[in-house]
Amino acid sequence: MKYIDEFHDPALARRLLDDIHTTVTRPWALMEVCGGQTHSIIRHGIDQLLPDSLELIHGPGCPVCVTPLEMIDKALEIASRPGVIFCSFGDMLRVPGTGRDLFQVKSAGGDVRVVYSPLDALDVARRNPDREVVFFGIGFETTAPANAMTVHEARRLGIANFSLLVSHVRVPPAVEAIMRAPHCRVQGFLAAGHVCSVMGTEEYPALAERYRVPIVVTGFEPLDILEGVRRAVRQLERGEHRVENAYPRAVREAGNAPALARIEEVFEVTDRSWRGIGTIPDSGWRLSDAFRAYDAEHRFEVGDVRTAEPAACRSGEVLQGLIKPHECEAFGTRCTPRTPLGATMVSSEGACAAYYLYRRLTPGAPAAREAAGREPVPAGATDAVKEASPLG
Amino acid sequence: MDVPEPEVVDPAAWTCPAPLRDHPSVVLGHGGGGALSAELMEHLFVPAYGNPTLAGLGDSAAVTLGGARLAFSTDSYVVRPLFFPGGCIGDLAVNGTVNDLAMSGAQAAYLSCGFILEEGVELSVVGRVAEAIGAAAEAAGVTVATGDTKVVEAGHGDGIYVNTSGIGLIPDGVDIRPQRAVPGDVVIVSGPIGLHGIAVLSLREGLEFGAGELASDTAPLNGLVAAMLRVTRDVHVLRDPTRGGVAATLNEIASASDTGVVLTERSLPVPEAVANACGFLGLDPLYVANEGRLVAVVPRAEADAVLAALRDHPQGRGAAVIGECVAEHPGMVVARTAFGGTRVVDLPLGEQLPRIC
Repeated sequence: MKYIDEFHDPALARRLLDDIHTTVTRPWALMEVCGGQTHSIIRHGIDQLLPDSLELIHGPGCPVCVTPLEMIDKALEIASRPGVIFCSFGDMLRVPGTGRDLFQVKSAGGDVRVVYSPLDALDVARRNPDREVVFFGIGFETTAPANAMTVHEARRLGIANFSLLVSHVRVPPAVEAIMRAPHCRVQGFLAAGHVCSVMGTEEYPALAERYRVPIVVTGFEPLDILEGVRRAVRQLERGEHRVENAYPRAVREAGNAPALARIEEVFEVTDRSWRGIGTIPDSGWRLSDAFRAYDAEHRFEVGDVRTAEPAACRSGEVLQGLIKPHECEAFGTRCTPRTPLGATMVSSEGACAAYYLYRRLTPGAPAAREAAGREPVPAGATDAVKEASPLG
Repeated sequence: MDVPEPEVVDPAAWTCPAPLRDHPSVVLGHGGGGALSAELMEHLFVPAYGNPTLAGLGDSAAVTLGGARLAFSTDSYVVRPLFFPGGCIGDLAVNGTVNDLAMSGAQAAYLSCGFILEEGVELSVVGRVAEAIGAAAEAAGVTVATGDTKVVEAGHGDGIYVNTSGIGLIPDGVDIRPQRAVPGDVVIVSGPIGLHGIAVLSLREGLEFGAGELASDTAPLNGLVAAMLRVTRDVHVLRDPTRGGVAATLNEIASASDTGVVLTERSLPVPEAVANACGFLGLDPLYVANEGRLVAVVPRAEADAVLAALRDHPQGRGAAVIGECVAEHPGMVVARTAFGGTRVVDLPLGEQLPRIC
């Protein structure tokens, strides 16, 4: 396809890889923030082609992975109620809440539907005026404009039987929280291109300066990823820490003005809990007071639902790069893709699921490129880190 | 004194899912052709029926009756919408069972056809499906010899469900089953993949991918199989990659034969419209359903002849070698990416789900 095939060219990929191999002279650890980038890296086997001394840490940028257990339980509670049509993006249906997932709610008679856009859910509400229709509004800055537009439209069209279960999260506060964590190993970031296509890049120079890390806005095709890596390691080798835009065909510094205006109109910044990590201040959005009537948490009175994360799951430490998946005691035993304790084992590109598959492929081999000399991390060893960390 | 061997930990055996432990009731994934479907069969149906014929778990069973070697198969069709670009539920019902029989080398001879109709469905719609069944049977050279009709109350079905069962003779000297794949064998697919799944999804969800160019590939494969068997009887495995796509089929073959499979991604015939739709939705064409394709595993010495025979047939023009069986990583399927990396192509759990990001 025009403008996509060009970013899959193996010859160009080889040249970029050669450049990266030539540039890297010592160990570096980069974090790709976005789950879409992680997916692309694994899908194309890019991680195996990079220098051994260059480690990619899969960051907390998969909205499915970081949606808190408590919010999934609220979704399950609402979806189980008679008269409700619960609409969601497909990959949320398999994420386990406490003891079940949305597929099982559907199996038990709940009306759970996969949609491809929140506007489709609004259309379901319009066509079913006698039912309450709820859309599970999860995701980063990328999905927020469409969700905001849907709520705006619901009010404009007078569709009162529609509401949004909001679990929006924002990237920059998460980047900051990761950098502030003691023992943080991340030395540079590949920022999420689609997030920046909405928000622009103006939030990042202050972070790059404060924590002295290069931040390269990166796209999602294989050549995009390699170009992002190339620019990040070039900065690291030169001792630089700037924001670079390696995704200019989609990202402008000021972002997408109409999308930002809609977010501004409908949402307000709030503290948000991240699955496996804890609460990060100002890291999310909720519906503003003017749109509270469309807030499913408020409408269905599920604010009291409180859920503790499974103690055995250490996905939060994995998402911060503090431990590798196989350093968690539950990995491969109590926690597998078939019986996931945390969302990083649910989706095929989740860090834990990817490690699980790789280890099955090469029994006895280290699960992936390991930072030189790292020992297994006993449970509790990072507790002090977590306590001292703004990540909670 | 003998030193005991250190215990070898097999990571693949780390999980021991108790029968349907996680799902006390049926979920849609149990019908998705992936790991949940396999569990349902292995842990619930096979123990309940308890006979060696069933143990092969193939798409059809090979049975001997009165001295004749028969292939026997049944399949139910619950597709929505009933009509889609390239065919309808009637075409699927005939071609699906004809193909299940063909995957053991058999030429389908007789079919049964059972309808479950929902109260309120227009008879003209039932008539169109019945006519499609007649036309598809004629095209496949199979006789619909018996049938049945039941009606359920309005709201208890999707209009029309169809079940077909079929029998056919397995030619002498033919032994085609997934257990026969061995390292060194070549993996061939008979044409472009993913068309049926994306065509139906596009229509069902109103996504309008590749309008005008995306149509289901539903077709009978018995002619194609006959063409292959004319050049060699030594075909090891044939499977039609329906639910779960090529990925699920290759995982079944790797698991049944205890060999590894290595795919070369650049060799996969993925139509541009399928690639684009999958890219847009975050789906993998390897997991998308096909209804008129086969995967063949043949000895390397026979690969060129089989490929030529496929390409000489109207339904095999787009045939391609997509990989090979290897002794490494037995039971696993690995894809070599265009960039020289590798990735594990695992058995899907249930239905593939569109990704949010």
